[in-house]
Amino acid sequence: MSATAVHSLWTMAAEPVDKIDAPKIEYGQLAPTLIVIGAAVVGVLIEAFVPRKSRYHAQLFVSVVALAAAFAAVVALAAGDYGTTKARVAAMGAIAVDGPALFLQGTILLVALVAVFTFAERRLDPAAHGNRVDSFVAQAGAVPGGAGEQAAVKAGFTTTEVFPLVLFAVGGMLVFPSANDLLTLFIALEVFSLPLYLLCALARRKRLMSQEAAVKYFLLGAFASAFTLFGIALLYGYAGSVSYGTIADVVDGTVETVDPALADTMGNDALLLIGAAMLVMGLLFKVGAVPFHMWTPDVYQGAPTPVTGFMAAATKVAAFGALLRLLYVVLPGLRWDWRPVMWGVAIITMLGGAIVAITQTDIKRLLAYSSIAHAGFILAGVIATSEDGISSVLFYLGAYSFVTVGAFAVVTLVRDAGGEATHLSKWAGLGRRSPLVAAVFAVFLLAFAGIPLTSGFTGKFAVFKAAAEGGAGPLVVVGVVSSAIAAFFYIRVIVLMFFSEPKADGPSVAVPSPLTTAAIGVGVAVTLVLGVAPQYFLDLAGQAGVFVR
Amino acid sequence: MNPVNYLYLAALLFAIGATGVLIRRNMIVVFMCIELMLNACNLAFVAFSRLHGNLDGQIIAFFTMVVAAAEVVVGLAIIVSLFRSRHSASVDDASLMKL
Repeated sequence: MSATAVHSLWTMAAEPVDKIDAPKIEYGQLAPTLIVIGAAVVGVLIEAFVPRKSRYHAQLFVSVVALAAAFAAVVALAAGDYGTTKARVAAMGAIAVDGPALFLQGTILLVALVAVFTFAERRLDPAAHGNRVDSFVAQAGAVPGGAGEQAAVKAGFTTTEVFPLVLFAVGGMLVFPSANDLLTLFIALEVFSLPLYLLCALARRKRLMSQEAAVKYFLLGAFASAFTLFGIALLYGYAGSVSYGTIADVVDGTVETVDPALADTMGNDALLLIGAAMLVMGLLFKVGAVPFHMWTPDVYQGAPTPVTGFMAAATKVAAFGALLRLLYVVLPGLRWDWRPVMWGVAIITMLGGAIVAITQTDIKRLLAYSSIAHAGFILAGVIATSEDGISSVLFYLGAYSFVTVGAFAVVTLVRDAGGEATHLSKWAGLGRRSPLVAAVFAVFLLAFAGIPLTSGFTGKFAVFKAAAEGGAGPLVVVGVVSSAIAAFFYIRVIVLMFFSEPKADGPSVAVPSPLTTAAIGVGVAVTLVLGVAPQYFLDLAGQAGVFVR
Repeated sequence: MNPVNYLYLAALLFAIGATGVLIRRNMIVVFMCIELMLNACNLAFVAFSRLHGNLDGQIIAFFTMVVAAAEVVVGLAIIVSLFRSRHSASVDDASLMKL
């Protein structure tokens, strides 16, 4: 008996497996993300194969080229009308390519490019053993103050891994506001969070504080992302799908519950409300809104200042982008439920951030609380639930992020023997000692405060106008009041810098390389241009203000 | 057994994890509690997947496992580096930045 015949006694041919269609990926439309992630992988390879001496220059070159190329890709997509008429959902429904996504991706890429300049700065710290050093630790694994660290410093090691880490973070941030299903949203969240946790731990000076900041950020961030994930699970149970469009249809009631067996879960409002609340909570954690802001001051203070600038600017842009898409695309049918909650969050965020900032004595903590207050202002625009709401938030994010990177870049310049002099008392009289740096910082502070002729004013005006037209008048009143409170402590710093005597043992202002100068210059230029002639950019944000679904 | 019971179990595990994060004082234990929360999410995904009769939830569970593994790598690296410099993994001791 032949082998086949023996087999056929107790086996039979299985049904032929249906062909699985290969997923269709629109590589062109995903080019910005792919370029950045690809460059990050190249960066990892550089760490593995390029000699230590030339790594810094190779990494810097790859990062700058990749970010610029990705920005060019975003511009090309926008010029090809993908932001307006040809907006679509790419990658089998996972990623949206539309106006808000492209606008935010462009903003994130430019901000990251400027931030990479501040990462690469090597002239501020005095050279150690003849080697120029940047803001990052010689060897992250070495115990602070131990023999291993001294040997690493002597050998001239630097942590050039920061460049691929930043690129990975940027890659996640590019996907985050354009994610069109909840799984992509969660993966993007982790892809940009994990590198940021590591970056926080890498400060060259004050390493204990830096490690502490990283642990706090990591534990609280992981806690928040667990809530996000459970929220996603509940929404999946509610709608039977994680796709934004499908969930929105179930929320709107356009899809009838098909199967009576699913009556317990599908369309169950408890699942929807709890799930949406947990998911929004995770995003509010990332934007640093009260009451989920506890990590912000410690992490901003402890992280290396270039990282703080990058994270304060780019994370906020990405997270608000994702929040906007979630609330405007997935949950508009639920807006009568989420708007009152967001009202409350926006009010306590604006007031809480502004009031607590008054008592701060450390410039980085002050800027951290100021960023919390700004999150509240942006939330006011989110609440508007109108097309103006979207475009005003987009504009505000663009304006705010450049000011933030610039302001933190200035903070890196003011130094004393222990590294950066971040205590406010040390900034007294800075205007007499170094008028240019103090003037530039004053411009940034005025922009934070929202004084006319700076980008901060235009942004705040746009956001408050949208909120008022969206029926959130009282919120605008609270916003203006807390702007006034916030203006108090910004002006106080300016007064401290220009109208008090410099101390004898005060800090010195380091002369930066062209890299940091460029970063600060871009910040000032954007601040003034968006303040004096914002119309083109307002129009740009206006055109970009429609989500695809 | 009714699959909905697994959802109750998932919610219970999630609550135990969240409580642990809030009350435990050792960073490693806090981190394990976070992992418990992620696993509770996985259970919920798989249970919902069974209820709805589609595979999305099971696929997501795989992604969650990968994310949890990546989180362990990053988290333990950070916690171990902090422990090596302070010889303490207590979340209460990490208070350099308190005013």
